[in-house]
Amino acid sequence: MEKEDLSELLQQHPFLAGLAHEHMQVLVGCASNVRFEEGTVIMREGQMANKFYLIRSGRVALEMQVTGKDDLRIQTVGPGETLGWSWLISPYRWHFTGVSVLETRALALDGECLRKKCETDSEFGYAMLKRLSQVMERRIEATRLQLLDVYGMQQTGVSQ
Amino acid sequence: MTRKSNALMETAPDPMITQPVGVRRIIWENDDTFTLTLDLGAFGENFHFLPGQFNMVYVYGIGEAAISISSDPARGHTLDHTIHRVGLVTTALAQKKRGDVIGIRGPYGSSWPLDVARGKDVCIASGGIGLAPLRPILYNIMKKREDFGRVILLYGGRSPLDLLYRVELEKWANDFRVEVLVTVDRGDSSWKGHIGVVTSLFQYIKLDARATVAYVCGPEIMMKYTIDELERRGLPQTQIYLSMERNMKCAVGFCGHCQMGPTFICKEGPVYPLPRVRPLLDKKEL
Repeated sequence: MEKEDLSELLQQHPFLAGLAHEHMQVLVGCASNVRFEEGTVIMREGQMANKFYLIRSGRVALEMQVTGKDDLRIQTVGPGETLGWSWLISPYRWHFTGVSVLETRALALDGECLRKKCETDSEFGYAMLKRLSQVMERRIEATRLQLLDVYGMQQTGVSQ
Repeated sequence: MTRKSNALMETAPDPMITQPVGVRRIIWENDDTFTLTLDLGAFGENFHFLPGQFNMVYVYGIGEAAISISSDPARGHTLDHTIHRVGLVTTALAQKKRGDVIGIRGPYGSSWPLDVARGKDVCIASGGIGLAPLRPILYNIMKKREDFGRVILLYGGRSPLDLLYRVELEKWANDFRVEVLVTVDRGDSSWKGHIGVVTSLFQYIKLDARATVAYVCGPEIMMKYTIDELERRGLPQTQIYLSMERNMKCAVGFCGHCQMGPTFICKEGPVYPLPRVRPLLDKKEL
């Protein structure tokens, strides 16, 4: 894929909305366009986290291994969302397994390439970190709600 | 006493008197939630309800529970209530069989205002059994679909097997006139839909904040986070409606059991415009 096309796809992704042009160019050098068939294991829990995905279409389920049981499916991510932040945080290993539940198209950013750019260009690194922090904050909020098991506590339609 | 007031006393129905109605069928939606269909018989001739209203459902000798009406308002003579089996009354209701007689009184309470949404987009956000009181409004919208812009149904449940009205959800999802997004808190590998809380679905839809009316019903904490999402997307509070829930006893504003701050939910609610209850949502003691 041409660099110009990749740049356009990157600009269209909500995660990168408003990113400075020069920073977008940095990302183009780390990016590739990828497609996963339904049922593809995109990342596996415990393995090296060397990619950061910006989902364009489809759906990816995050699963955790539970001894003696089927893998527990805990969350899905879809168009406009990101997949994986372990590329940024030592020891750079996936905490979840990611499986495409629908055919999925994404932009894959090389984790090591991104880390190096973040280390050498603090302005770029801060721009990335700000965006990732927002994603993390939303995910934590959602996880808290999931933990509350609100429907388990729910009593009624009106009051019963 | 004048002749006029005598006549009034003779004709005004006692709001505490129940009407006997027959059980037509029970359909189990999931392990602990069922939809009870009632035959209203002659009582049905004069029974009319608005989406969002509720009935007091009485099991003779056991007691009453306030339960939202979940059927099509245009369907005469029968009535649906979707009920979570949690207490004495609802457990007794769950054991009823076709032909058994129970009592109802109602309908009570405020309703989802549909007129405010004409010409606008509609976003229905529901969680768990909160879909039950919203189902009648969806029926009404679908009957006059051309009166509205986009119609979006967001629904969250605990797991795929806990979702209500699965056949209808499928039907609506296949109807191009409604955008249906369903998510569950927990899924397994057979579930190919969304997994995550209902608020996570907002990132997949674009709302026109100035031209959208939102109807929200579910556990209170789910409604709080949903309201946050709607406000984050610029929806004015005046365009958001929600259905509140408290322990109701008399349903006519006498007993005070359902008091929430300055309002009795049975009488002024359960459906409120958000500005009316927004300050109360964060008060722990209420």
